[in-house]
Amino acid sequence: MSTPVIADVLSASPPATTRLRPLARWRRRIAVLGASRPAAVGLAIVLVWIVLAILAPAIAPYAPNASDLTALGHPTPSRAHWLGTDHLGRDIMSRILWGARPVLVVAPLAVLGAAALGSLLGLTAGYYGRWVGVVITRACDIVLSFPVIILYMIILAHFGSSAWNIIGVLTLTKAPIIARIVRGMTLDLREREYVAAAKMRGESALYIMLVEILPNARGPLIVDMCLRTGYNVIIIGVLGFLGIGLPPPDPDWGGMVKDTYGMMMVWPHMALFPCAAISSLVVGFNLLAVGLRELGLRD
Amino acid sequence: MTDAPLLDVRHLAVVYSTRAGELPVIPDLSLSLDAGEALGLVGESGCGKSTVALSIVRYLGRAGRIRGGQILFEGRDLTTLSDSALRAIRGRRLAMVYQDPMASLNPVMTVGRQLMEVPMIHEGASAHAARERAIAMLGEVKLADPAGVMERYPHQLSGGQQQRIVIAMALIAGPALLIMDEPTTGLDVTVEAAVLDLVRELRQRHRSAILFISHNLGSVARVCDRVGVMYRGEIVEQGTVRQIFANPRHPYTRGLLDCLPALGRDKRQSPLVPIPGQVESAMSRPVGCGFARRCAHVESGRCTAGPIAAVMVDGEPEHRVACVRAGELPRWRRRASDVAPVERDADAGPVIDVHHLTKVYEPRRRRRRFGRARPSIRALADVNLAAVRRQTLAIVGESGCGKSTLAKVLSGIEVATSGGVTLDGVEVGSLAVDARSAALRRKLQMVFQNPDSTLNPSHTVGYAIARALRRLRGRAPVDVSVGVARLLEVVKLAPGMAARKPHHLSGGEKQRVAIARALAGDPDVIVADEPVSALDVSVQAAVINLLNEIQAAHGTTLVFISHDLGVVRYLADHVAVMYLGTVAEVGRVERVFAPPYHPYTEALLSAVPVPDPDHDVARILLEGPVPRADEIPRGCPFATRCPRRVGAICDDTPPPVQQLARDLRIACHIPGPELLRLQAPLVGPPPGRR
Repeated sequence: MSTPVIADVLSASPPATTRLRPLARWRRRIAVLGASRPAAVGLAIVLVWIVLAILAPAIAPYAPNASDLTALGHPTPSRAHWLGTDHLGRDIMSRILWGARPVLVVAPLAVLGAAALGSLLGLTAGYYGRWVGVVITRACDIVLSFPVIILYMIILAHFGSSAWNIIGVLTLTKAPIIARIVRGMTLDLREREYVAAAKMRGESALYIMLVEILPNARGPLIVDMCLRTGYNVIIIGVLGFLGIGLPPPDPDWGGMVKDTYGMMMVWPHMALFPCAAISSLVVGFNLLAVGLRELGLRD
Repeated sequence: MTDAPLLDVRHLAVVYSTRAGELPVIPDLSLSLDAGEALGLVGESGCGKSTVALSIVRYLGRAGRIRGGQILFEGRDLTTLSDSALRAIRGRRLAMVYQDPMASLNPVMTVGRQLMEVPMIHEGASAHAARERAIAMLGEVKLADPAGVMERYPHQLSGGQQQRIVIAMALIAGPALLIMDEPTTGLDVTVEAAVLDLVRELRQRHRSAILFISHNLGSVARVCDRVGVMYRGEIVEQGTVRQIFANPRHPYTRGLLDCLPALGRDKRQSPLVPIPGQVESAMSRPVGCGFARRCAHVESGRCTAGPIAAVMVDGEPEHRVACVRAGELPRWRRRASDVAPVERDADAGPVIDVHHLTKVYEPRRRRRRFGRARPSIRALADVNLAAVRRQTLAIVGESGCGKSTLAKVLSGIEVATSGGVTLDGVEVGSLAVDARSAALRRKLQMVFQNPDSTLNPSHTVGYAIARALRRLRGRAPVDVSVGVARLLEVVKLAPGMAARKPHHLSGGEKQRVAIARALAGDPDVIVADEPVSALDVSVQAAVINLLNEIQAAHGTTLVFISHDLGVVRYLADHVAVMYLGTVAEVGRVERVFAPPYHPYTEALLSAVPVPDPDHDVARILLEGPVPRADEIPRGCPFATRCPRRVGAICDDTPPPVQQLARDLRIACHIPGPELLRLQAPLVGPPPGRR
C-alpha cells in the first residue's frame, strides 16, 4: 500500500506519454510533497538548515572561533551578537551556522552507510531465509541489544573520534534496524509473482534481490532513512556532549552545550540556542518522515 | 401507503473527491425496490454498483459525497437523516452483506457474541432471548450444530460458513432490506451454489427485499426478480430477469452476455465476443450515451447528441432501456449451445507427461516440543496427465485441490516429491527452475494469476519484456527494442505502452504484458495459472481469445488452470478435474462435460450459476467441508462428500481408474455404464427449448 505513492514522489513517473525534463520533474516531486502539510513543513525546515549551512561562510557575522573580548562581560544577546556569545566570547549564531555543516554531512552519510549495509543484510536474510536468515537476524539482534552509548564510547575511545569514525559507528549500529525493515519487506515481496517470473527466466539471486525486490521496498525504507537521519543528529549531539564527538575547537552543537551547560542558571542562552538548533533539525526530519508516510498511506 | 416502494432512489448523484478534482461517479440514478423484491445490479467493475449500495447505507467514506437526490427508505430520506437516526435503521431495518466475510466479522469475538449483539443493541433483547434467536438463526442458515458454532471464533470456520454467519447476522433483526455486495465472489463454485440457494430460500421465508450486487450474471439470474444493468454510474437497462436474459435490448447488456463463456460454448463453434475498450473514467463524461465509444451500434449524431432517456420496450412496462436504437436492433439470440462433436486435427504426441506425480509438503519442524507432531501435507497424490502438443489442457477444481501446486511443479518453482514430469522427453519434475538449462527454461513459461503482482511495479513494461527477451533469447540490444514492439503487437497493445509503468495499466493490459513476457522466449508450453480469474468478463473474453490466437499462430501448448468451468469448457481440448490432489476425471473436453461424469464433476457442473432464468437443473449440493489436506480419507478422497457414495468400499479402498473410452478416465468405484444410467446431461439447453 505504502509503496506506490512514495515511489511516485521519488520517480515521479510521468503520466503515460509526456516525458518531463529534469527540472519539471523535480518541481512535480516537490508539488507532491506539498500535498501533506507535515512533509511540506519538514522539508522546509531541513532545506532552510541546508541553505544556512552552505552559506555559513558568507552569512556568519563572525569567524566561528573568534573571541570578542569586549562581549565577555555581557554575553547575552545584543545588537552585535544576535544570539549572544559564549563563555569565551565566541558568537553563538556564527558557531551554530558553522556547526550545522558537519552535522548535515555526517548524519546523512551515516544513514546512507546504514541503508546500504542494512539493505544488503536484510535482503539476504529475507530472500534466503532458513539458516542464513537466522544467522543474520541473530547477529543484528545482538548489536541492537547492546547499550549503544557504551558501545560508542568504547569504539570512539579506542579509535579516536573523527568524522569518519562517527560515520562508521553510526553505520554499524543503525544497519541492523534497516536490515530488520528490509528483511520484513523482502519476506513479503519475494512471494510476488514477478519474482517467480524472474526465476522462470533464470535470473541470479543478486539480480532478483537488487533489481526486483529492493526498488519495491524503497517506500518504507526512505521514510525510515529520514527518521534515522533525525536520530543521528541527536546522537551526534550526544557524542559531542560526552566529549567524544567531532573534535574541537571547530563548532559542534553538542560540544557547545557541553561547554556551557554549567552556566545554565546564569546564562541559559549559551546552552539553549544550540539545543534549539538540534531540536529544530530533528523535528524537521521527523516531520518529513511522517509526511512521507502519510503520503504513502493515502489512496 | 402500500403503493409506495420500500426503497425509492430518486436522481441520486454521488461524487468522489480526488486530487484531480471531483469525480461524478454517479450522475443521476433512480431505482426503486418493492417490499420482498430482489433487484440485481450487474456491470463491470468500476461502473458504480458498490457506490450505489454504499450510498444507501451512507458508508461512502471520506472521499465520497452524495451531491443530490433522495434515497427514500420506508418513506424517510436517508440522505438527510442524522447519524443517530441512521444507526437505528442500519442493522435493524437495513442490513448489508459484504464480499469478504472475514472482514465483516470481529476476529477476537465468538461468532455467537457477534450475533447476539444485534438483537441486544437494536431491540434491547435480554442475553438469553438473543442467544435463543441466534441459535435459531444459525439453524436457518443451515449450519450444522448451531450451539457449537456459537462458541467458535471466525477463523475456525470455512469461508462458506463465515458467509452464512454474516448472512445470519444481517437477517437476525428481520430487516426490510438486505443489501448484498458480491456475497459469493470469493467462494468456490459448490459453496457459492449453496449460498445462493440459501439466499433464495431465506428471501421467501423472511420477506426481506434484496439489493443484490454482482458481476456474475449467473448468480443474479438465480436470486433476483429484476435486474438493473449499470454502466458508468447509470442504469442502462432494467427489467425482469426473464426480460433481461431472454431479450436484452441494450448493446452493453448484450455485450456482457456475449462475452460470457458458458458451459455449452466451445471455442470452435461460438467465439467469445469481448466488449472493446474498457470502462472509461468518470472524469470526462461525454454528451449522450456513456457507452457510445465502446458500442458497435453507435450512430453519430443520434447517440451522442444529448441525454438518453430510458424508454419502455416492446410494450412491457417494466423493461426500460437507455438506448436510442433499442427498438431498431434485431432481437438478441443466445449463441449456439448445442455441443456436437467436432472434427479436429489428430492428436500430436504429448509434450508434457505427468506420471505418478506426488508432492508432499513437510512441516518446517517435524516435532513440536509441545502438542502433537505436525502432519505433512499431501498436495498432489499420484497424478497422471498428459498435455498434447498444440492443444490446451485445462486443469479445473476448487481451491485446495492441488491445481496450483501442479503448476508450480511444472514450472520448477517447486519440485516433485516422487514421480515425475517429462517435458519433450526430458525429466523435469525433480529439477528446480535454477537447475534447468536455459533451453528448458525457454520451453516452458508461465502466466500468473494476479495482474497486480505479475509485473514489477518499479519496472516499465518495455523493461519487463526486454529483460525476458535478453535472458531467454540472448538478443543483442538493437534487436530487443524491435522484439518488444513486435511482442506488444502480438498481444494487441500499442507500442507506446513500453514506456509505461504497471500502475498506469488496467488489469487486462497487465495480463497481456505478462503474456507477452511469457512469449518472449517463444515457448513450447505456457502454463497459465488462473490468468483471467481476476478480470472482468468483458476483458476476460479478450484475453481468452488472445491465448487462443497465440496458440493457433505459434503452435503453443497451453496448460490452463482455472476454477471457472465455463472458461474451461470454452478453451480446453482436454480437461482434468482435480480433487484434493488427485485427478478425479480426465479426458477430452466434450467427454468430460457429458455423462458419464465423475460424481465430483457432476456436482461441480450442477453448481455453476447459469445466466438463464429458465435453466433449471437438479442441483447436487455437496454436504460438509472439504477435508483438510492432512486428513485425506484412506479410500476415495471424495468419499466424505460424495452424493453417490456406494458404501464402505469408498472409505477404505482407493477407487480404480476406469478407462471408459480412449479419451476418458474416471477414478470411481461405480462402473462407467452404471454412472451413465444414473446421470442426466448437465450441459446444453434443456430438452424442448430452442
